[in-house]
Amino acid sequence: MIKTVTSILLPVLESLEIRKNRLESEEAGEKKRISIVTGIHGDELEGQYVCYEVGRRIMEHPESLHGIVDLYPAANPLGIDSVTRGIPGFDLDMNRLFPGTKDGAMTEFMVSEIFQDLLGSDLCLDIHASNIYLTEVPQIRINEQFQEQLVPYAKKANIDFIWVHGANTVLEATLAHSLNSRNVPTLVVEMGVGMRITKSYGDQLVEGIFCLMKELGIWSGETIKPKKAIISDKPEEVVYLNAPVSGIFLKENEHGRRVKKGERIGKILDPLSCTVLSEIVAPESGFLFTIREYPVVAEGSLMGRILVEKEHEGREK
Amino acid sequence: MRKTILYEISSLYRQHFKVQGYLFGEGEKALCVVGSVRGNEYQQIYMCSQLVAKLKKLEEEGLLKKDQEILVIPTLNPYSMNIGKRFWPTDNTDINRMFPGYAEGETTQRIAAGVFEKIFPYKNGVQFASFYMPGNFLPHVRMMKTGYENVEKAKKFGLPYVILRDPKPYDTTTLNYNWQIWETDAFSVYSTTTSSIDEKSAEQTVESVLRFLAAEGILHYPDRGGYRSEVFRDAELLTVRPKKAGIFRSKIEVGDNVEKGEVMAEILDPGEGCVIEKLEAPQDGTVFFRHTDPLTYASTAVFKLLPI
Repeated sequence: MIKTVTSILLPVLESLEIRKNRLESEEAGEKKRISIVTGIHGDELEGQYVCYEVGRRIMEHPESLHGIVDLYPAANPLGIDSVTRGIPGFDLDMNRLFPGTKDGAMTEFMVSEIFQDLLGSDLCLDIHASNIYLTEVPQIRINEQFQEQLVPYAKKANIDFIWVHGANTVLEATLAHSLNSRNVPTLVVEMGVGMRITKSYGDQLVEGIFCLMKELGIWSGETIKPKKAIISDKPEEVVYLNAPVSGIFLKENEHGRRVKKGERIGKILDPLSCTVLSEIVAPESGFLFTIREYPVVAEGSLMGRILVEKEHEGREK
Repeated sequence: MRKTILYEISSLYRQHFKVQGYLFGEGEKALCVVGSVRGNEYQQIYMCSQLVAKLKKLEEEGLLKKDQEILVIPTLNPYSMNIGKRFWPTDNTDINRMFPGYAEGETTQRIAAGVFEKIFPYKNGVQFASFYMPGNFLPHVRMMKTGYENVEKAKKFGLPYVILRDPKPYDTTTLNYNWQIWETDAFSVYSTTTSSIDEKSAEQTVESVLRFLAAEGILHYPDRGGYRSEVFRDAELLTVRPKKAGIFRSKIEVGDNVEKGEVMAEILDPGEGCVIEKLEAPQDGTVFFRHTDPLTYASTAVFKLLPI
């Protein structure tokens, strides 16, 4: 059933509506609830397919559903409609406003309404798609503060990589941090690239979501055995490839594979002088889990991330 | 006056990105003033340019104290200003959310790090700041309560008001916050406007910085008055928000005094032109902030009143 989470009047003959689709089993009694949120950043579309596919599969086998699945495909509908990462009209990153306030500005009110609606979920997934510049293997990012509770869930999500990162004051205003602080276990999924849908990644995550639903007792249908994710919980295990010079980045390697120290990742070109400005090589052997998609780089632009091999040998894979 | 390049990076098709500063005097790093950080902060770069012009003249007249150095940086972001974009052209990140920066990080982290390395040693730091929402302010000095804020010093600007506010999580990456953490006495000075130039408040703000320099013994400058600043917390301001969205028709300006019940603005139906809401003053006060966009969303802070 489609429900309106909140409706806010816009100045000119329109209302902003945040909607969700509640799929609920018919049996009586207390039910577990999983919430799937996406579109907080309006230019990240990977979650669109995931919402569709989760709902489609459930509607195909409603007899296997034993609880509540709430799908929120567009937390920032104006952003999605206008290819805008933040909230249009305010130039604000919606994921820096949580938990919001009922008495605040329109943006804070909108965020508060979504947040309040999500409270009470037994598990929440907040699906992102990196940004328009980078593509990522399916991964879950977890604030170290909540790792004990969240890593066991993340292991069931059929993703490639679990990245436990340090606490950061700025991130306290994200949806995930705010929900985790209110005892709603929330996983942040990053996968694919902005402005695009990578169907294979979507299918992979959908399988993981059904595994999580089964874990919660919400789903009794067939599920796969989730793949074992690589887990990293030490900041020094991840090396960043930043552009040493401005130019056009031409990637020569794909993400999601192991690279050897010295192996070429790509090069930075100058099409005006027809020269190579810099060869980008892997500084360490490891798992290339991020690669740049958008070719224009300025000095410092991120071109890739590698999880260093020697550090994660012997760790759970 | 000497010009200095504080930070520079190459670009593929544009001229090098440069952060340029103007130095006055030599010796103890007494004051650094930063103007526009975002591409729409036109009033802020204008005020810096006027300050540079004044300091140049005062230096030529021998009125700067010896062994004191002043640095003025009109803009940290000429690239965005030149294309009319608020944030960084390539990735839309905000330099004022990147401090203290990271020299090995992404572009705006590098800019923040490169500049901060040069400006953190200054004893006093002033940023001509702007508000994220479109509107006009009464000129004031704003400080975050970090435990390091120096309120008595803020009064030396002689602006009518000094406001204290509690930092939020996103504030921890601003220039002002990091200046304070690195033991610079940091002040955000707000003029009336941001994306348009207001000569009167620009002059008042530039004058306040010269007054501050004189009070700190950095500059010989005649005392031309100034206010005894009223200090209050941000939370003391009364926020007035419409219940409805529509065309915003204000009846008052910043600085006006209003009486309880006085109609400050009307919200009009955008299709039929009728008044759908009247915004009344909740109590007697001075208009401290006024929304300037022709349209307003519901629940948006369109006025902030300082109760009388």
